[in-house]
Amino acid sequence: MPDIEKDLHTDYMVINMGPSHPVTHGTVKFLATLDGETIVDLKVDIGYLHRGFEKMCESGTWQQVIPYTDRLNYVSPLINNTGYALAVEKLIGIDTPERCKYIRVIACELSRLADHLTNVAAAGLELGAFTAFLYFVEARELVWDLIEDLCGARVTANYVRIGGVKSDLPDDFKEKTARVFKRCRELWLDVDKLLTKNRVFIDRVRDVGVISGDEAIAYGFTGPCLRACGVPYDVRKAQPYLVYDRMDFEVPIGEKGDNFDKYLVRMEEIKQSMRIVEQALEQIPRGPINIDMPQFRWQSKDDIGNRIDSLIFHFKTVIEGIKPPPGEIYLAVEGANGELGFYLVSDGSGKPYKCRVRPPCFVLTAAMSRLMKGRLIADIVPTFDMINMIGGECDR
Amino acid sequence: MLADFIESIAKIVFIFSINLGFFAPILGWVERKQSAVMQDRIGANRADIGGFTIMGLFHPIADAVKVLTKEDFIPAGANKFFHTIAPFICLVPAIATFAVVPFGGRYEIFGHQVNLVIADLDVGILYVFALASLATYGVVLAGWSSRSNWSLLGGLRASAQMLSYEVAMGLTIIGIIMVYGSLKLTEIGAAQANFFRWGIFLQPVGFILFLTCAIAENKRVPFDIPEAESELVAGYFTEYSGLKFVMFWMAEFLEIVTISGIVTTLFFGAWHLPFVTDAMLLSFFQFAGPNGAAILAMLVNVATFFAKVSFFIWLQMSIRWTLPRFRYDQIMRLCWKMILPISLINIFVTGLVVLL
Amino acid sequence: MNTSVTLKKLAEKFPDSIIETHSYRGDDTAVVKKEDIVAICTFLRDDEALRYNFMMDLTAVDYLGREPRFEVVYHLYSLPHNQRVRLKARVSESDCTIDSIVPVWISADWFEREAFDMYGITFKGHPELRRILLYEGFEGHPLRKDYPLKKRQPMIGPIN
Repeated sequence: MPDIEKDLHTDYMVINMGPSHPVTHGTVKFLATLDGETIVDLKVDIGYLHRGFEKMCESGTWQQVIPYTDRLNYVSPLINNTGYALAVEKLIGIDTPERCKYIRVIACELSRLADHLTNVAAAGLELGAFTAFLYFVEARELVWDLIEDLCGARVTANYVRIGGVKSDLPDDFKEKTARVFKRCRELWLDVDKLLTKNRVFIDRVRDVGVISGDEAIAYGFTGPCLRACGVPYDVRKAQPYLVYDRMDFEVPIGEKGDNFDKYLVRMEEIKQSMRIVEQALEQIPRGPINIDMPQFRWQSKDDIGNRIDSLIFHFKTVIEGIKPPPGEIYLAVEGANGELGFYLVSDGSGKPYKCRVRPPCFVLTAAMSRLMKGRLIADIVPTFDMINMIGGECDR
Repeated sequence: MLADFIESIAKIVFIFSINLGFFAPILGWVERKQSAVMQDRIGANRADIGGFTIMGLFHPIADAVKVLTKEDFIPAGANKFFHTIAPFICLVPAIATFAVVPFGGRYEIFGHQVNLVIADLDVGILYVFALASLATYGVVLAGWSSRSNWSLLGGLRASAQMLSYEVAMGLTIIGIIMVYGSLKLTEIGAAQANFFRWGIFLQPVGFILFLTCAIAENKRVPFDIPEAESELVAGYFTEYSGLKFVMFWMAEFLEIVTISGIVTTLFFGAWHLPFVTDAMLLSFFQFAGPNGAAILAMLVNVATFFAKVSFFIWLQMSIRWTLPRFRYDQIMRLCWKMILPISLINIFVTGLVVLL
Repeated sequence: MNTSVTLKKLAEKFPDSIIETHSYRGDDTAVVKKEDIVAICTFLRDDEALRYNFMMDLTAVDYLGREPRFEVVYHLYSLPHNQRVRLKARVSESDCTIDSIVPVWISADWFEREAFDMYGITFKGHPELRRILLYEGFEGHPLRKDYPLKKRQPMIGPIN
């Protein structure tokens, strides 16, 4: 056998899974060097969706950054909004009212639901299980309907403000949520029956993309991908923000770190997110939704129309931007993909001096070449799916 | 002589029009609508003529018009001859295999024996396998002549997969051949007049194995890695457009029909209604006279056959929209390490039972 | 607020390297000399009481008009002890290099490439330091404060 191999003039084939390819949703380029179907080397190229988020933030005011954060992880925009608002509030040193915190928790968890539903659906789609994809897309449509009731837009929500939220919950939100979640749970059961015990699906995702807990930590993994390796790190539990410490929810932990565990962790997190939203809707108190500090957040149009100091502050904050005291902070929230960190530097003026986002899927994409060495080219599909690389977040 | 000639022409025209004129376009519609029903949505229903949409039945016509008016290009540097001929090599076997599938029994009409099969070959089922192997050439040529790494990967995967599953498919059939003692499909069909002599009861394992191998041969999900949409961007027919692309698709749909036809013939009683023999049918239609009875019995049998074929088309569509697709090495392992041994065991067991 | 465990141990082990520390809004921060960054990071990762196993973020800030101009910022997180720390190393414009900490945490690989891409800071010892978010023919380093927001780049054609 070795003699035959020496005589065969075999070359490695370099294949380009270029930025526009059905599986690289998120515009990533993979340069795969193949020996037959086995990957010898995988080079990952990102940056096709780089829009200069940080530079744009530095040229606008602190409040004008919020629509840009929507477009970071565009599948779960409310989590980005909330993370940024919390970071600026930490920088200023203010705290929002209770009701606002509960509403933010509801918004974050609905976004997380949308993200996990999209990810599992895309995984099913790219492995050929088209029906599972459409079931979860239906569930996602219902969740987006809820988000639309909440903030007026399905995807680019632009809902959370520094010092509060844009508007209060609509009146029938609780009943609507109950109906939507009932249907989502039915669809969850359907997809569970279609995929979780499906031998074909399990063969594709089991033992593919395995990484040990320690190595994952060295690579900087966070979020569902890290929890699938058995490392119990969730920012909501480790360093609780908003009112997560009052919520009763579990964080699913995997065992092996392969794609199947990542899938199971996400499926379970869908259920837990629904639990959190229901608890938040039970516990939410009445009260104001914006902090009463007009120099950072205006209460309402009435307020601006009737109080002269509110009017002046409104004018100044819109024209010049709110002015946090000089300093720097770092705040992490649990994004759908992992730890979403905001590092803000303020020089006392109305524009951010530096607004840095720590993208969770940046490090996950970096680990792709390590995960894929020695595997078949068909394994790129489920692994890349389960990493959930969102172009907007990775490239900013 | 003349009567034979007319009979042959009539059968060829009938099968041709049923296959190309009815099944090929309608299967596109069936695929869309069945997947839509399974996925809780409506499906394509916009194509209309004069304001009537008829549930989207005009879509195949719209597709045909679109496809015929598309630019037909050949990628730069590709081998023009092979690139053009590959879809034909795929399509012709798909159409031609139906020549041996009987869609009805023997009837005496106007003093002339009518045998409802285009070509009653002695080798019967082997003709089908021979032609199916030719289709492999088309796929490999398509992959290789497109001068693209993606197509090449698709063509290579296809060649390995189709060759392996042909071997397995041949072995799964040996059980049926042993039980009925003949290669001729008409004889196998006629032997299933008694409901309890249907192939499915005599060879259940063979049925499942054969269906799996046939779906793999046809490159449908879960075995559609040669065209794995999300990995290889349509694999071996990435660089095709227009009529040539449609020829690949038609070949796939026609093979679905052929597989259904063969499965019906071998395992599900061919053209027989359960518990109803030809003689019973003829006596039932006695009121129309001997010729009329024969014609009516013929119509009933043909309708039964195509009803069973439709059922298997539906089954294959359901499988396609439910399961995810296998990985390449898992498909190979499935064939060589699982289907092949099981079919060999099946042959031994069948042999023992037939002896005893 | 008393100085945290991390800052105390850092001050003990590397008294000459620490330029200043603060805990603004609860974030422990230490400004260190850039020459000792690898030693400090290795100590933070391996010391039993600290165990900073996550290198969460690596970025740079451009303080135009101040000498040294750049500041490379490292955010570390310790999972066993659930604490965070920020390290800052000042890098001047004339000598725009700093040691790479890829040997300590491999997650720094792409972050350092991004800092190089955006600010032009060279990381010595990095396995493959090239642009990551921008294309190869891009001129300049966009996140520097003297890079105008609306600067146009020359047109480029296909790569090959």
